[in-house]
Amino acid sequence: MTDPTSADLAEVRAAASAPAREVTRQGMWGHGSGDTSGYGGIVRSFERFPRSDRPYGSYFDEIVDRLHGLLPSVDIEHVVVAHDELTIFVPKADLIDVLTACRDDALLRFEVCVSVSGVHFPDMVGEELHSVYHLLSITHNRRLRLQVTCADADSHIPSSVAVYPMTDWHERETYDMFGIIFDGHPALTRILMPDDWDGFPQRKDYPLGGIPVEYKGAVVPPPDQRRSYS
Amino acid sequence: MNAYVPILGLMALAALFLGVSIFASVNIGPARYNKAKYDTYECGIEPTPQPIGGGRFPVKYYITAMLFIVFDIEIVFLYPWAVAFNQLGVFAFVEMLLFVVTVIIAYIYVVRRGGLTWE
Amino acid sequence: MGIEDKLPSGVLLTTVEGVIGWLRQASFWPATMGLACCAIEMMAFGAPRFDAGRWGQEVFRASPRQADLLIVSGRVSQKMAPVIRQVYDQMPNPKWVISMGACASSGGMFNNYAIVQGCDHIVPVDVYLPGCPPRPDMLIDAMFKLRKGDVAHYPIGPDRIAADEAAEQAALIAPSTLEMKGLMR
Repeated sequence: MTDPTSADLAEVRAAASAPAREVTRQGMWGHGSGDTSGYGGIVRSFERFPRSDRPYGSYFDEIVDRLHGLLPSVDIEHVVVAHDELTIFVPKADLIDVLTACRDDALLRFEVCVSVSGVHFPDMVGEELHSVYHLLSITHNRRLRLQVTCADADSHIPSSVAVYPMTDWHERETYDMFGIIFDGHPALTRILMPDDWDGFPQRKDYPLGGIPVEYKGAVVPPPDQRRSYS
Repeated sequence: MNAYVPILGLMALAALFLGVSIFASVNIGPARYNKAKYDTYECGIEPTPQPIGGGRFPVKYYITAMLFIVFDIEIVFLYPWAVAFNQLGVFAFVEMLLFVVTVIIAYIYVVRRGGLTWE
Repeated sequence: MGIEDKLPSGVLLTTVEGVIGWLRQASFWPATMGLACCAIEMMAFGAPRFDAGRWGQEVFRASPRQADLLIVSGRVSQKMAPVIRQVYDQMPNPKWVISMGACASSGGMFNNYAIVQGCDHIVPVDVYLPGCPPRPDMLIDAMFKLRKGDVAHYPIGPDRIAADEAAEQAALIAPSTLEMKGLMR
């Protein structure tokens, strides 16, 4: 299951038959590097975004129960509680309903959408691009994370600008960096890269793009092409 | 006339300085022009294309300027009247009152017609 | 008419150059091109502790039309590069450029798709100032070297035309850094 030619911090994907969320990681120093600490042989296998069991703890149950009560038809089953933070995976068709309920309901009252960001998991086929919404409730002093997945082939997610206008530029940045197209956004254009840039830089398969540094006859390659220690 | 000679002298000196500066800067310096030096400065980006002639100006600028002129002239009349007020007597007071009332009637008309609302 | 270009070259012109050069370096106004962290050090350079006002440089001109010097301080991104070029083009001659910091000189630690590897890809640079960020003292040193060197002895008129010609000829036969071997130790 291990691939001996992978770069340092070898991240080995499980075989295609296994669920896409399972990840196997090998220790940092690979075999043959002379490392005798033993950490090179560590193999960790874990599942991404494992569903948590009830009770979730602190205020998380209230939030999830309230969302169930307000939107009984929405599938809010994938709840992850990790490091004292609540993450709810929402199907992208119901995203606007969930956000509107979070903003308007008195018991939820998440007034602020702190940020909208993206993540790219190239190995999770069918769910490669994630869009993450961090919500903050000032009245109840609570935080909530909503996560929406979409496939690379159909990278459209409904835009939350109508619900939280503060996500305007955040969604532009997520589009610029990951290529997630937000339907209903008033002006979805590139915000960080030049307007005619090709590609989406923060995807995992986008190269770093450095140039070799030449100085008086010696050439130092860019960081991602330098010597590997494994 | 003697009191105004220094002022005329200063005006002549200023005109001389102006002429010499412009002549010197236009003729003595080298001419190294490029397209960007002729462009409008817009913090380094290409300037937004403007319509020919600078585009249309909203008429509210004109109305505000006109009102300013009218009241400025009124103030010009008020200043010497205030200085010579003691010597002029009741007649001048009543006459100035009529003048101010006339202008105020025009002002009320403008305000009621919406000349001072900006939008 | 460009009378300056037609003056006779000689001792008189050299004296005038000296006077004008002294005037230029005494009142040497920078234009703001503070892009990133080096801009903070540039602000400290203008602040009371490392007072740039001692040499008449606290007036960072917002408009390039009134500036002599462009201090490119900070990393130059792909999006910012045409802006820097436009601001440089809009400055009237004579103009100088200080590339302040490692990122402006060579891309610094950011060897990636988004950062131009050195502002000398965009504008011609007179003084490269290394550092990350360089202390205001180092910026003062670079400024002095530029002022007392290039600015105070800037040729005018026919001398400058000759100097430009000579510089162009020298650049044509100069070896590229790739050809200079064995110097990196």
